[in-house]
Amino acid sequence: MIERVDVAADVVIVGAGIVGAACARALARAGARVTVLDRVAAASATSAHGEGNLLVSDKGPGPELELAKVSLRRWAHLADELADELGPLFPSIEHEAKGGLVVVTSADGLDGLRGFAEAQRAAGVEAVEVTAEQARELEPDLAPGVVGAVYYPQDAQVQPVAAAEALLASARRAGAVVRTEVEVTGPLLGDGGRLTGVATTRGEVSAGAVVVAAGPWSAEVAERLGARIAVRPRRGMVLVTTPMRQRVRHKVYDGDYFAATQSAGAELQTSAVIESTRGGTVLIGSSREQVGFDDRLSTQVLAQLARRAVAVFPFLARTNVMRSYLGFRPYMPDHLPVIGPDPALPGLWFATGHEGAGVGLAPATGDLLAAGMLGLAAAVDPRPYAVDRPTLRPRVAHGEALA
Amino acid sequence: MSKGLRHVVVVGAGPAGLAAARAAAEAGARVTLLDAADGLGGQYWRHLPAARPAGREHVLHHRWSTFGELSGALRANPAVTVVESAQVWSLERPDGGIRLNVLVGEPDAVGRAVLVLEPDALVLATGAHDRTLPFPGWQLPGVYSAGAAQALAKGERVAVGRRVVVAGAGPFLLPVASALLWTGATVVGVHEAAGPGALARGWLSRPWELAGAAGKAGELAGYVGELARHRVPWRPGEAVVAAHGDGQVEAVTIARLDERWAPVAGTERQVEADAVCVSHGFTPRLELAVAAGCALSPSRFVVVDDAQATSVPGVWAAGEITGIGGADAALAEGAVAGTAAAGGDLGVVRVAVRARARARGFAARIEAAHGVRGGWVRWLRDDTVVCRCEETTYGRVREVVELTGSHETRSVKLTSRAGLGPCQARMCGRTLQELLGDAPGGDSDAGGTAPGVDRRPLVVPVRLGDLASLPSTSASTSP
Amino acid sequence: MTSQRIAVERDPVEPGPDRPLTIWVDGEPVTGTAGQTIAGVLLGAGRRQWRTTREGGAPRGVFCGIGVCFDCLVEVNGLPDVRACLRRAQDGDVVADQGAPPSGGSLPEVTS
Repeated sequence: MIERVDVAADVVIVGAGIVGAACARALARAGARVTVLDRVAAASATSAHGEGNLLVSDKGPGPELELAKVSLRRWAHLADELADELGPLFPSIEHEAKGGLVVVTSADGLDGLRGFAEAQRAAGVEAVEVTAEQARELEPDLAPGVVGAVYYPQDAQVQPVAAAEALLASARRAGAVVRTEVEVTGPLLGDGGRLTGVATTRGEVSAGAVVVAAGPWSAEVAERLGARIAVRPRRGMVLVTTPMRQRVRHKVYDGDYFAATQSAGAELQTSAVIESTRGGTVLIGSSREQVGFDDRLSTQVLAQLARRAVAVFPFLARTNVMRSYLGFRPYMPDHLPVIGPDPALPGLWFATGHEGAGVGLAPATGDLLAAGMLGLAAAVDPRPYAVDRPTLRPRVAHGEALA
Repeated sequence: MSKGLRHVVVVGAGPAGLAAARAAAEAGARVTLLDAADGLGGQYWRHLPAARPAGREHVLHHRWSTFGELSGALRANPAVTVVESAQVWSLERPDGGIRLNVLVGEPDAVGRAVLVLEPDALVLATGAHDRTLPFPGWQLPGVYSAGAAQALAKGERVAVGRRVVVAGAGPFLLPVASALLWTGATVVGVHEAAGPGALARGWLSRPWELAGAAGKAGELAGYVGELARHRVPWRPGEAVVAAHGDGQVEAVTIARLDERWAPVAGTERQVEADAVCVSHGFTPRLELAVAAGCALSPSRFVVVDDAQATSVPGVWAAGEITGIGGADAALAEGAVAGTAAAGGDLGVVRVAVRARARARGFAARIEAAHGVRGGWVRWLRDDTVVCRCEETTYGRVREVVELTGSHETRSVKLTSRAGLGPCQARMCGRTLQELLGDAPGGDSDAGGTAPGVDRRPLVVPVRLGDLASLPSTSASTSP
Repeated sequence: MTSQRIAVERDPVEPGPDRPLTIWVDGEPVTGTAGQTIAGVLLGAGRRQWRTTREGGAPRGVFCGIGVCFDCLVEVNGLPDVRACLRRAQDGDVVADQGAPPSGGSLPEVTS
């Protein structure tokens, strides 16, 4: 029996991960009546299976970097705003502006890193080249083979589940309603085929607009609503060590990280991202594979991550790994998130496709989406993230043809 | 080793695994028996190591001769390879098969030998560990799980204390008290949470069934007689609701419980003790079954059919991971599972099939009489440690739930830190789920329908260096 | 002494004669017999706590006794995270409290 409870909202957000939470907060604080739906629970899928990266270091000049620069500044303020608003007992989002250190072990690697950093500096990123000796002052346990590094003071980190819960709690205080274990099953359509809400496993929810923020499942949700989006899952695995005295002070990457994030290849790619958490563990991420939603463990992937991490920090060889987890990132073929209205289905909006950068880009995404929906001024130009941008057009055309 | 033979790998060398290995070998399979310990027998037949051979070890054990027969038969059979100190640390599911990744060597060492097995059939007999409900002071040195007291008595000949209180629920408390008596300790009392009503309903209904489980009933009757001889009081409807002491246990508070296991106000009394041993039942060790994709029952055991086959082709299960039935059930299930896994004829093990039916009735009685009742939460205080690793308190868990509005186990773990420590929620996972009222499957993994807190892709911690030095091909290695 | 190993001559199980070994615990010798685990040696000698928790600085020793709870973790010969209840003691093993605060090091302690 389907329970028929009609709820009216200005905006329905599908997905209570970090991006949906940031959108909910931005819209609710701007005065919208917001209902967030999640088929499982808040921050339980992609947001709970990443590392909480807030990075500029891995981004070359372009629209993603522009969004990241704005978003990282927003995070620094948000950490204080949320703490003030939610009080000292609320779980800390553990925002740490710890800075990132990209290290390389070869002269070729150093040349490549230098060129990349130079371009980033031109685009307004703080990217400080440091000698091997200086790198070892920043990270005393680095491998002897490290020949140089670039330090990125803007790189930071949050605990993504606490951060998503904090954004949702803040959104609720602004009037948003969060409903979990509610799965969207289809569209509610109004005059002229306009989307006027969603049918769910717990009844219908009518709304002036629907935002799909379902991460790698956004394509499936869009399809249920009669739309198309070219988002695909990209799998990442992460290792977690047992707690220890802190020996890794920054976010430390081997120089390959850049190459892996920029590649569209489906094959397994790993490059170590190593960092401590406040709980005393060290996180080692992250592999990138396109294998659909296959959640089977792969020892080969774990071994590759381990090899990379030990190459950067040899002392880690003797530490215990107590857990591995895997998550699915929402991957777009052109490596840019989708933030804006669907031109083919009036009333439908997207905030998805952030791949591994969703935590970092969430605040700016929420602001941009709210600005677009409510007709407010935006801090960044929304056009590069549009659903019908040129780099996505062949797929959009395909979707229209089917619709 | 003949290539043509069906290769059956048995994980766990307790009663179920030993019986499975022997049955599989007798049915014509090539068998590899793995156990993480450096001796056979599991927790049930935990005994002194080879370095300390004992003359009269049988006084501590039931069916000790059965253990001798089983282990002797396995060691003498050329079709059986026994690998001790073999820790299966992960299970992979390559297309169309099962791959076990094993490290062989000292526990938690660096540089253990790598063993990779891709068996034709897998029998999981990974057993269970005590479930201990938290109570104020349970983190003090001197508070042990009942299983620890027994393991130390049997495997070390160490007495955990001089004046010992045993508490919790279930028939397992009796052999624990017995093992303590055999260390020379004074057992101050055995406090069983189940009240007389539940005990009567569980044990006295359909008494004709009990006659069939004569072995088990006789074993328990033996313990009861032993306690009586030592004048150890056995008190139903009571619990240790707090442990006290400065840096270690010096006393405990015992209270009467109502039918729901809530302490009855005004019945508390303090008893001096230097050790307390507590068990409220068992938690099956499901890591490998979950990794293999085996279906679980709502009560969190591996679902098996009459041939002990799990929902996953090529994987069988026996013993406590399929239900807490004790050693008789485990031996019978193991014999059935081993035979079936080897492709043998179950007619050959008719006796075991019948024994299993009787033993399962016994398991149902244990659950009916001693199963955890929700009222225990009333003995928690806000400062009671729930997660021993991360020292998260009951008050903090409640606070986080109230502030975030989330009742989902994964979120509460990540915001309260409960369950994130080295034991990976083995101690507190079930407790957290009960406190949160979260459905067992609610701790979803990557948005799927993963089996909650029992999902641990790494079965035990592995040194990063050992992971890094894994061979890059995944072909199976001998044996 | 609250916990202790049963003297061989009084043990009804009649284990073989002691083959003494010595392990070093935070600089002090502790004697056990070959075949014991590190936890067995420590408990047998009356020591019930050997780890200090990271957060609360609370004492811990054995709880589950079968390698499941990870409460008994010790550093053995410089290697942290060894379960004392599983690892057989070797003569000369150096055992240290791995949870103790850093001794005069300059690295910051993790704060929460």
